[in-house]
Parts: sequence; structure tokens; C-alpha cells
Amino acid sequence: MTRYVLRRLAQGAVVLWAAFTVTFAILYLLPSDPVELMASGGGEQSVIDPALLAELRAEHGLDRPPLAQYLHALGGAARLDFGRSYQSDAPATSLILDVLPQTLQLTVAGLALSVLLGVGLAVASTYPRTRWLRHALAALPPLGVSLPVFWVGLMLVQVFSFQWRLFPAIGNDGLASLVLPAVALALPTSASIAQLLARSLRQTLAEPYIETARAKGTGRARVHFRHALRNASIPALTVLGVSVGQLLSGAVVTETVFSRVGLGRLTISAVNTQDIPVVMAVVVFSALVFVVVALAVDLLYPLVDPRISLRRAPVAA
Amino acid sequence: MGTVAEQGPLLSVEDLRVSYRSGEGRADAVRGVTLEVRPGEVVALVGESGSGKSTLAHAVIHLLARGGRVDGGRLRFGGEDLTGLSEQQWREVRGRDIGLVPQDPTVSLNPVMRVGAQVAEVLVLHGLAGRRQARARAVELLGEAGLDRPEVRARQYPTELSGGMRQRVLIAVALAARPRLVIADEPTSALDVTVQRGILDHIAALTSTLGTAVLLITHDLGVAADRADRIVVLQHGQVVEHGPTAHVLGAPRHPYTRALIAAAPSLADIPGRRAPAARTEPVGGPGSALPDDGRAAPLLSARGLVKEFALPRTAGGARTLRAVDEVSFEIPPGRTFALVGESGSGKSTTARLVLRLEQPTSGTVHLDGADVTRVSGERLRRLRRRVQVVYQSPYASLDPRFTVERVIAEPLRAFRVGDAATRAARVCELLDRVALPAGVAGRLPAELSGGQRQRVAIARALALHPDLVVLDEPVSALDVSVQAQILDLLAELQAEHGLSYLFISHDLAVVRQIADEVGVMHRGRLVERGTPEQVLLDPRQAYTRELVEAVPGRRARALGVSG
Repeated sequence: MTRYVLRRLAQGAVVLWAAFTVTFAILYLLPSDPVELMASGGGEQSVIDPALLAELRAEHGLDRPPLAQYLHALGGAARLDFGRSYQSDAPATSLILDVLPQTLQLTVAGLALSVLLGVGLAVASTYPRTRWLRHALAALPPLGVSLPVFWVGLMLVQVFSFQWRLFPAIGNDGLASLVLPAVALALPTSASIAQLLARSLRQTLAEPYIETARAKGTGRARVHFRHALRNASIPALTVLGVSVGQLLSGAVVTETVFSRVGLGRLTISAVNTQDIPVVMAVVVFSALVFVVVALAVDLLYPLVDPRISLRRAPVAA
Repeated sequence: MGTVAEQGPLLSVEDLRVSYRSGEGRADAVRGVTLEVRPGEVVALVGESGSGKSTLAHAVIHLLARGGRVDGGRLRFGGEDLTGLSEQQWREVRGRDIGLVPQDPTVSLNPVMRVGAQVAEVLVLHGLAGRRQARARAVELLGEAGLDRPEVRARQYPTELSGGMRQRVLIAVALAARPRLVIADEPTSALDVTVQRGILDHIAALTSTLGTAVLLITHDLGVAADRADRIVVLQHGQVVEHGPTAHVLGAPRHPYTRALIAAAPSLADIPGRRAPAARTEPVGGPGSALPDDGRAAPLLSARGLVKEFALPRTAGGARTLRAVDEVSFEIPPGRTFALVGESGSGKSTTARLVLRLEQPTSGTVHLDGADVTRVSGERLRRLRRRVQVVYQSPYASLDPRFTVERVIAEPLRAFRVGDAATRAARVCELLDRVALPAGVAGRLPAELSGGQRQRVAIARALALHPDLVVLDEPVSALDVSVQAQILDLLAELQAEHGLSYLFISHDLAVVRQIADEVGVMHRGRLVERGTPEQVLLDPRQAYTRELVEAVPGRRARALGVSG
């Protein structure tokens, strides 16, 4: 077990390094010049003094050969120091840490809602005794998967903010402002969880051990929640791990639609201004989240299903 | 049983009709069945797959598969009418009044729940014990069902137990609430013979102590003969014959019952071999001098075969598993050598070594005097032509997207034999050989019955005119009457083509019908060899004796019933 975790952590370190290196290479190869963008303050076509540009380059170490720049950046990243933002001059790490709580609230709320809605819909599409009702409910997830986050967001704002005035349309003020973005974020994810879990539940409910349970005198609710759900949840758990990434990238769109401060907005402005230190910090942070979530999901498998052991080859999921 | 007969019936089924949704309409599965089970009585419901016996059993506890519906008839239990019960009321009947021992123990326990909890659940559900009490009681029940160290077992998950142990857990589940009736639906057909016997003995002992009535569903008349007070024979959803066991077996009136008795391998005469007439004619027609048994130059000879598998590393555990341990035998041309043993005895691994699908750790395989143990490349391909295989499950061994013609012609195509026209002709000829109509050539495996599929698999194995066919449990997945037909076909083909068979089976009753020589495998070793008569009538090893005694049908044989 310990050996397994150590091996996985080593693999995670390799993933982080690869994410860092690939991002660095791409940003370096981009045709536009970050220093010019920096000096012009984002405005177009202003003529800038070449001496100033050279000074800025020297200040941020951009006049050194690419390999030296890379090694310097890598060394910094290893100490969680990604340098100072070209735009605001604040350390990139502290920029992320400033907005992180906002995005964290949003993704955690989105994740919780996805699980709640996803499991609820999956059970609802297998539980009723009425056949047409089961079929109707089973048709919902594919519909949900195909809804784009920005469209859902706009619709929610239209109905709940402008028409019914239940929740604020924009901003970061407390719980009420979190509701609409979290729902917009959760809908597509919950649909994919519901789709997988429902199919897996239908398969599980046809297993002979479910008949054994029913022959004991078990009722419908107990069959579903005590016997079937846990057996059916492995594929859904895999999707859940992937959806954390989906939620992070969804946050970029959601935060824009709802004009929320957060990691998503920070990423967009950093990319637009080619603020390399901030972009690098965001990428490495996202990769870190992926690595940790994937490990957490893999460690959860054996707890859900005792047949899965971590001593053997990694779980093919 | 005299006192029992005077009481009213515990379960009575009157004119029960059940149908399943199929396509647009409905297909009848049970057509007006009437039967009774008295308190404490064991009634066997016998029939082949598709006879409706399992459907009937499930209708009795109102647990029909999706699409199933009771169309009419009455169900009474202990004098009460069950016909109009609500789902809520049925829940109270199931588990408490009527228990179920399901068919396949390996898939009938919840894999993510400890077995103790699964037993305790019954008691809690029916309000017979509190949570803590139920847990303690579950351990007692597991012990009663014949599990050693029940307090340890209760904390294990189903995957950590063997098939036989899991069936004992399911027996504990079925009997936990002390129901008055237990339905045992083919309770042992997924288990090894020696385990089967222990399980059936245990069910019999427990239910007779507790006075529980048993409705035993089985396709094996031998099992029914050993266990039941009365037998009900079901065909196409109707009762064709019923009565006390001795009457039904001793003086069967219906032709279907007679056919079932004839087909039951466990009821066949002990020294009974199929198609003995074919034996006397030397293979290859007159003139081909085939010496007597044993002195013929063997077609296949295996010498000191050993196969070891690496085990996953565990503290203090063995590093390798010897699946096959110094196994030697030879098969003369035109003869059948059978390997018998339980699952895990190494018989299938031995077959894979002979087929060269697995490389032996040591030992040699000779075919026609040539060492083929380490041949590779083109020589191995030539060997593949001469040695073919038929697998256990015709449901899994045929590509579901291939037509029958494509399945049978595939070996011809792989070895570039003939052109499209001659291959098609050869397929027709092979279909005829295995007694299938030429019309099936264009069908998909899913459109055929299990027996027909196995005939297709045999035709495929014969396509390249092999010398040796390895038959790995070729009839275990089939109904008894179909088993008999396939065994007849195999005997016929052997006589016609001079084929040699390596016949793998766990079932001594089947083996004695086809083998010239039998080898008994136990824990990777060949513990006993001899003719079927020697091995069955005069077993020298304790393990072989155990195997022989496990064959059901002793009571029927004592009654003088035979096929």
C-alpha cells in the first residue's frame, strides 16, 4: 500500500514536470512578444521605446538563452516560485492563492451538486415500477451532456435573475451568488455521471445476487441502496475523477459568464497578456489537482469494492 | 413419511400459467401446472432447460424475470391464498416462509458485502433479531451450514471463499429465518462433483432435522433419484409425469421420462460405453493392422509434463504453483484417453500443454514419434493442423458475428486449403457429418441451440482432418439429452475417421461412456490410470473412490433403474 502510494507520487511528479515543460515550450514558441504586451499595457499599436523593452527583458531574465530561462524557471517552480506577474508585478503564486478560495467554493459546490443530481437521476431512472417513467427519465442524461455550460449559465441568469429575481446574476457576494454558477457548472457533469451510473445500475440490478437479495424479502429501496448502488458505482467513480478536471475548466467559462473573480478569470487574462509566470503557475496547479484527484480515486476503489486490490497492476478503469 | 401424507399440502400450485414477453407477443413458459408439496417433503422438479422448471420455481416466490407474468392459476401456501398478494405482502413471504437456494453460488452473493452481514440481513429484515443479535446468529447459521471457523468466514467477502463454501453461505441465508419451504434451483450444477455431494447431503440433513419441505429443481434425474420423495417431470411447461420416486424411475409411463432416464449419464449401466459396435471394426477399414490396446505405437505421448506458474509475491508464501506435476500418458490412434478431476486439478492445463498453447516447464510431448515440445514457426503451424480442440462452452467459443459457414471454414481459410467453392462444399459435407441441416450455414450462432452450436464447434475442429481432437469438457454446458446426442456423435466420428480424443471432464459418469482409458488427476498429479471399469468399479486411490461415490444416482441403481 505505502509502496503503491510512493510509486504513484513519483509518477505524479513526472506528470507535473511534463506539464511544466510542454507549457513552457509552447509559450516560448508563440510569435507575439510578452514584453511588448507588458509595456503597452495590453493596448495595440503603441510604439514603445526599444531601450525600455530591453530593460524589461533583462529584469525578467528574458534576454538569456532559452535553456537557461527554462532551467531557471524549473528551479523556481520546484520551490513553488513561478516569478512575478508581468502585468501586476505580484508573485504568480500569491495571485493564485488570492483567488483560489472563490474557485474552490465554486468547484466544490459544483462537484457536490453533480454527485447529488447525478446519483439522484440515475436512481430515479431505474427505481420506478412504471416502465414509461423509467424510460423518460433515462433519456434526460444524454440531453444534459449536450448542454454547453455558457448557454446553461445564460439561461439560468435570464430566468432566475432577470425574470424571477431570486439570485444575483453576477458577483462573488456570499452563498446566493454561488447558486447559479454552481448549478450551471454541475448540470453537464451530473448528466455524464447519471448516464454512466444508470447504465451500470441497470446491469447490476440484473445480477443474480440481486435476486438472492430479493428472495430474502428485501424491498425495492434496500435492493437499490444497500445492494446495487455500491456495486454499480465503480464506473461512476472513474468519471467523477475526470469530472474534477471538467469542473476546473468549466469554471473558466462559468466565472466569465457570471463575472466572478476566480482562477478561471485569472487564467483568461494571463493568457491574453501572455503573462508567462501566471500561466505556468496555473498549469502546474491544475496538473497537481489532476494528479491528486486521480490518486484519491484509485485509493477509493478498494474501499468501495473489496475485489480490487492495489497490490496488483494498477486498476484499469 | 406416513404421517406427512395425512396433512394438508404446504404448497399447492393449481393450473399455473406463466408467459414471457417475446418480440410483439408473449411466449408461454408454464402452461397449466398443478403440483403439491407436503410439509417436510422433498419434491424434485425435473426437466431440461426450457421446460419451465426454473420459471415455475420463481413464480412460486413471485420473482419472475423482467417481462414475465402470471397469466392464471392459483398459489396456496399453508392454506393461505398467495395469488393476490401485494408486493409488500410478498416481501414478508420471501425469505421468512419460503427460502431460495439459487443456481450459481459464484454470482449469487453480493461481492461488496461480508458474508456474515448477508446472512444477518434476513433476520433483521423479518424482525427476527436486532442488529447485534443477528450478527451472532449469522455465525451460528454459517457453522450449521457446514462452514469451518464460521466466526472467521462471517468477516470474509464472497470472493475469498470457494464455490462450495459460497453455496453453504447461501444455504445459511435460505434457512436463516427457518422457512417451511426451501426452493433449491439447481443448487449444485455449478459445483464440482465431490462438492456437489457434500452440499446435497447437507441440505438433506438440515431440512430433515428442521422439518423443512424442499422443492428441488434439477435437470439430473440421478440427483432427483437420490434426494426426492416424489418426482414431477416437466416438459414444455407441462407436467408429463409425477409420482413417488420409485414409481417414476422404476415404471416410467411417459416416453419423455424414459428418454430422460436413458440420457442421464449418472443412471447408465456402469460398464456402459457408447457405440460398442464401432469398436470391433479396426480403424481405417480392414487391412490396416491396428494392434490391440496398449501395444499400438501411440499417436500422442506425454512424458513427465510439468507446468509451474509464478504466484504473486506474498510474505512467506510459495513462489510458484505446480499446476501439472510429472504427468505421463499416451493415446493410441483411434482411441480416447480421458482426464478426470475437479476444477484446479490441472487437467485443462495439461490439455493446453498438449495443444502447445502453453510451454511446459519440463517434460516432452511426442506426436507420431516426433518431439513437438519446442517446435515453433512453420512446424508449429503444421502441428496445429493435426491437433484441434473443442471447448466447453459453445456459447463462448463461436464468434457471435460469424455465420456458421464462416466459423467452420475459418481453419480452411487460415491454412489456404482450396478455393471459395471447395471450401463451401467442405462446409456442407462437415455440416452433414455432424448431422446439421445445410440450411444453418448462413445463420449466426445466436440463432442455434447449445447442442447445435457444439456440433458447429466439432465441425470446425474436423475441418482440417486432424488426427487428435482435444475435447475440453465438451458436454458440461449442455442438457443431459443433448449430452447423450453429442457423445454419440463423437463416438461415431471417431469410428469413421480413426480420430484420437483427449477428453477432459469433471464428470465420471460421462467419461465412462466414451473413454478407452481414464486418468484421474488430483492437485496436478495423475493419481490413477486404468480402463473405465477398473477405475469405477475398483478404484485404488482414496481420492478416486471419493469421486466415484460422488456420482449421483446410487439410489436409482439400487432400485434397478438403468438407461
